[in-house]
Amino acid sequence: MFLWVAAFLLIPISLTVIRLLLGPTAPDRLVAMDNLSTLVMLAMITIGFAFSEVIYIDVAIVYALLSFVATLFVAKYIGRGTF
Amino acid sequence: MVLNIITYICIGIGCFFNLVAAIGLLRFPDPYTRMHATTKCSTFGGIFLILAVIIQSAKIWASEGLSSPQSIIVLHGLIAIVALILTNATSAHANAQAAHRSGIKPARAVVDDLEEDIKNKEKQC
Repeated sequence: MFLWVAAFLLIPISLTVIRLLLGPTAPDRLVAMDNLSTLVMLAMITIGFAFSEVIYIDVAIVYALLSFVATLFVAKYIGRGTF
Repeated sequence: MVLNIITYICIGIGCFFNLVAAIGLLRFPDPYTRMHATTKCSTFGGIFLILAVIIQSAKIWASEGLSSPQSIIVLHGLIAIVALILTNATSAHANAQAAHRSGIKPARAVVDDLEEDIKNKEKQC
């Protein structure tokens, strides 16, 4: 059941990757990257429950926090001037 | 049985909102509306997907006894929900401010309050 959820999450992930590749400006790509990290975190949690591997959920939490820090730094970099 | 139905409803809400977030990201015209679509929808959908995992593993935890490894999934899933709520909202705010500073104007916008605030501060200085 939860493996199907992880397989379904591939559809939003692929749509997000399309926006990441198309995105005309840098903030567009940043938004897509943020959404992509959220979706990957959700896929990790569902796969971790489906295989009952506890470590995947810890990895998902750390991944979410690190991608948050990365988004903040890239936003700081974009806000300085034109990209 | 009831828990299974609740889990299916949670999975349905989560999958639907994540799909809506991705479609909004693809279809909206400028970064601000894309942020509006993705941040709220993917946070809401993500909470419900993690909630489905928590309900299922809590069911297994209740049937297996106190020292089952599913307890770690329940507790760390709650931590994951907190991390998701905190990080998504904050990074969207930082992102929107950075986009406005880098000179991107909202498409077809009527009111731009941040622009007026910046102008007022420049007048005061």
